[in-house]
Amino acid sequence: MTAILPDRTETEEWTEVCRLEQVPAEGGVAALVGGEAVAIFRDHLDEVHALSNVCPFARASVLSRGIVGTRGGVPFVASPMLKQPFRLSDGVCLDDEAVRVDTWDVKVDAGVVLVGAKRTPA
Amino acid sequence: MSQRERLVVVGHGMVGHRLVQAAIERGLTERYDVVVLGEEPRAAYDRVALTSYFSATCAEELSLLPGGSYDHDAVELRLSTEVVAIDRDARTVTTRDKVCGTETTVAYDQLVLATGAAPFVPPVPGREHEGVFVYRTIEDLDAIREASHTATSGIVIGGGLLGLEAANALVQLGLQTHVVEMAPRLMPVQLDQAGGSTLVRHIEKLGVSVHTGVMTEAITADEAGRVNGLALKDAAPVEAQVVVFSAGIRPRDLLARECGLEVADRGGVLVDDQCHSSDERIWAIGECAAPAGRMYGLVAPGYDMAEVVVDALLDGPGRFTGADMSTKLKLLGVDVASFGDAFATTEGSLELVYSDAVAGVYKKLVVTEDGSRLLGGILVGDAAAYGLLRPMVSSGIPLPENPEELILPASRGGSTGSGVAALPDEAQICSCNNVSKGDIVHAVEHDGCEDVASVKKCTNAGTTCGSCVTSVKAIIEDHFAKTGREVNRALCEHFAVSRSELFEIVAIHGYRTFADVLEAHGTGRGCDICKPTVASILASQFNEHVLEGRHRGLQDTNDAFLANIQKNGTYSVVPRIPGGEVTPEGLIVIGEVARDFGLYTKITGGQRIDMFGARLEDLPLIWGRLVDAGFESGHAYGKSLRTVKSCVGSEWCRYGVQESVSMAIRLELRYRGLRSPHKLKGGVSGCARECAEARGKDFGVIATDKGWNLYVGGNGGATPAHAQLLAGDLDDETLVRYLDRFLMYYVRTADRLQRTAPWIDSLDGGLDRVKAVVVDDVLGLGSELEREMDRHVASYFDEWKATLEDPEKLSRFVSFVNAPGVPDPNISFTTERDQIRPVNHDEPVVLGSTIPVGGPR
Ligand code: SRM
Ligand SMILES: Cc1cc2nc3c(=O)[nH]c(=O)nc-3n(C[C@H](O)[C@H](O)[C@H](O)COP(=O)(O)OP(=O)(O)OC[C@H]3O[C@@H](n4cnc5c(N)ncnc54)[C@H](O)[C@@H]3O)c2cc1C
Ligand code: SF4
Ligand code: FES
Repeated sequence: MTAILPDRTETEEWTEVCRLEQVPAEGGVAALVGGEAVAIFRDHLDEVHALSNVCPFARASVLSRGIVGTRGGVPFVASPMLKQPFRLSDGVCLDDEAVRVDTWDVKVDAGVVLVGAKRTPA
Repeated sequence: MSQRERLVVVGHGMVGHRLVQAAIERGLTERYDVVVLGEEPRAAYDRVALTSYFSATCAEELSLLPGGSYDHDAVELRLSTEVVAIDRDARTVTTRDKVCGTETTVAYDQLVLATGAAPFVPPVPGREHEGVFVYRTIEDLDAIREASHTATSGIVIGGGLLGLEAANALVQLGLQTHVVEMAPRLMPVQLDQAGGSTLVRHIEKLGVSVHTGVMTEAITADEAGRVNGLALKDAAPVEAQVVVFSAGIRPRDLLARECGLEVADRGGVLVDDQCHSSDERIWAIGECAAPAGRMYGLVAPGYDMAEVVVDALLDGPGRFTGADMSTKLKLLGVDVASFGDAFATTEGSLELVYSDAVAGVYKKLVVTEDGSRLLGGILVGDAAAYGLLRPMVSSGIPLPENPEELILPASRGGSTGSGVAALPDEAQICSCNNVSKGDIVHAVEHDGCEDVASVKKCTNAGTTCGSCVTSVKAIIEDHFAKTGREVNRALCEHFAVSRSELFEIVAIHGYRTFADVLEAHGTGRGCDICKPTVASILASQFNEHVLEGRHRGLQDTNDAFLANIQKNGTYSVVPRIPGGEVTPEGLIVIGEVARDFGLYTKITGGQRIDMFGARLEDLPLIWGRLVDAGFESGHAYGKSLRTVKSCVGSEWCRYGVQESVSMAIRLELRYRGLRSPHKLKGGVSGCARECAEARGKDFGVIATDKGWNLYVGGNGGATPAHAQLLAGDLDDETLVRYLDRFLMYYVRTADRLQRTAPWIDSLDGGLDRVKAVVVDDVLGLGSELEREMDRHVASYFDEWKATLEDPEKLSRFVSFVNAPGVPDPNISFTTERDQIRPVNHDEPVVLGSTIPVGGPR
């Protein structure tokens, strides 16, 4: 088996990861971006978010497999390991604001999901 | 520091045990070494529940001190040790070992007599014959059971409370049973003539012959000296091979008499209100004691005496001032209660009577002349009001305008429930454990108790005879209502209803998707609590594939990939091995799969094999191999049936009386795939030795020579619970029917993540309620529950096989959406004991420019 790998230099800024419909509504998938595991989520408003796939509590690459829901209207994903909730918009843990997972710029262009640079927290 | 003293307790019965417990709890053991001398071969057990010994699997089940010793350095318990003399001058007691006969002396500084009472056997000619018994100890019951094997009928002499208990036991042993009572009615101490007659009608319906107002002349026997019947005065003789005396009890005060202590006129060690005897170093408590000359044949006053003595030894002010002799019991399935001034002996008191001969209900209230206060009462056939009425007597609160409403059936204007609100804080709610309404409210307010189960734990209320549980529950709810605190049953912020309400909502409206349920009954978009809950409810009712597009995003971690997630993000694989039975070929396949995919292999606690360390993207390949070999999902990942553990049973075992493996397999195949509020486990043992640990399971089936005993509500885990008997000696079909009903009732009404034991506890009426619904079918739901289970069974399919056949479902089993076969670099293993184990990463892993392709194979 040979893997076709996206190469960051080829696309300059943005990495194509999949078509939007490959990301389940109110669900997530994992993508490999620049050698890192990134979780791509689609919320109920069809907004797309890119977070590190690694749950900082479990230290395992699993976040994309968590359940997506809302808390007080804010979309979040619950880690499938021990259920800690992370806000999709900025990766902050809703139960412990000191904990945050990395997020990436992400956009949808002509039905294709593209991941850009890792964001630096404000 | 002063020298340690020694407290010697004679008798390790219910009350002696309570004394030791109190001594430990209240720190008396800091000053005293405690030596307990008990004549019986086993530690204290629940004599009140003695009759249940016949349905228990072992004597240990009744034990008040499982394990048989106190976990405290200062307390020593010597069993099979009888005290034969007290030397008050030397301050010693002489003991005799019941097994080897050796005598020793034990010195005391303080001596507590807790020797209980002995059954009274009147001097009836023939009472020495073989086949004559009393009813007091486990040994007595063993002997009666032994004799019943060769008997067809039995007689109980005495129609009081204990006599009827004994009659119940004879009925359970399958004997044609007679009760002979000298007084003109049953339970003469508690009931009036009309109440007694109502009780007789109930009991006769159960096949017991009641002879009241007759005198026993002699017990007759055959030439070998074996009992063959009873000769009665002015009545035809009655035939029987077993005779049980239950003609009252006598305090065991011989030791006290012999050493010159004062005894009461009617027996019992005379003690003052601190339970001090006429010797300042000797105390007496329980049934052997007679405070102010009166002995008490119930356990609750004995417990009070035990507390009083411990208090006195700690220089406390405790006093024993008499006891509430109210009783409520279920005799042979009939509710009977008697409380307060049941016979209307108070000057000018009035009686209000409601009686329905057809329904077999008799209720009497005794009220003051002006009708303002309740003095006592009798309830036969329906004692539901007891919990409300009894505290009214002790607290003296005013009666409502129309007191008769308290005993009228609901359809005739009577009210049930409510009423606890009016009770003052001092009202005693649990008489067995002396817990007041105030204690219960305190537990809720300050100790964080939220429900009956936690209040029970915290206060002991309701843990003995259980008759106060309804009141306890009402008090908790009343308190919540008063403080404006709702018993919050909301599932999460998206649904204001409980799981069981949601279950009914789905059943009634026929919703098939989460979106529909949310739109009609919820708010927001759902979360990790309500989504899996609704998914489980939908699966219980419609059994669609959990990975169906519209259900997939709702599934909890493990269900989402039909495997159990592990700490490093890999998964474990558990094929079903029904009843733990597996062929050598099957084992070889599992071995080959594990070897080829490099999986860590372990035998589980559930009699099957778990393979760990499977990468997400490998799951379909692994399952493809297993399904081809005839394996199916074991649902180790689901809140659903896990395993039905079995012993080898009569197929192979020399002790087995039924084929436990066949039954376990039948049950596992029947209930596999059933999505439930929590995981479900079963067990089947081929005989009472219980090698399958069935009583540690949600449902446990244990073979008897007549069929199967069905136990429910067991589990291991953090709060282990022993399953309780639901029904006995069932044939295969009835067993399955009851199980269908039980499981569906649970699936419908339990809370999210509530296993069967806490669910049963949470039901009003607890296990009795489950029995009523499952066995007696009081709700008329039986066939509906069975139909639902049939529908589940008919719709079962292997969800792994179905997944393998559906490319859409399979498309999710990839490591990365843009690199489906590339193993996640965050996962790596080391080796330990020749198998893999996960390496823990402290940092997320970033790949270099080259990527290893394919995982360890
Ligand atoms: C594999 C196994 C341990 C083993 O190596 O033997 C196991 C492993 C897990 N158990 Fe267990 N339990 C296993 C037998 C048991 C048993 C023994 C038994 O079944 O006889 C018990 C006690 C009996 C019982 O359940 O009452 C047991 C009581 C628990 C509990 C506590 C349940 C409770 O009611 O308190 C949990 C936690 C839970 O379910 O909430 C648990 C949860 C778990 C989970 C699922 C925790 C998790 O979510 O990751 C473990 C992961 C399994 C996996 O990854 O494959 N496991 N677990 C056993 C699998 C049995 C099987 O064949 O399916
Ligand atoms: C079938 C049955 C049903 C009952 N139902 C109820 C009920 O529903 N409600 C209720 O309140 N009560 C009930 N009772 C009564 C209740 O069991 C007793 O009130 C209670 O057990 C009294 O406790 P005790 O410790 O005083 O006596 P026991 O429990 O009898 O304990 C006394 C112990 O002392 C031992 N002993 C005696 N002499 C010596 C000696 N010389 N040396 C060493 N040890 C000695 C005895 O062997 C015994 O083990 C029932 C009793 C029976 C038999
Ligand atoms: S429970 Fe009984 S039948 Fe089953 S293995 Fe043990 S001894 Fe044999
Ligand atoms: S009254 Fe018996 S347990 Fe409460």
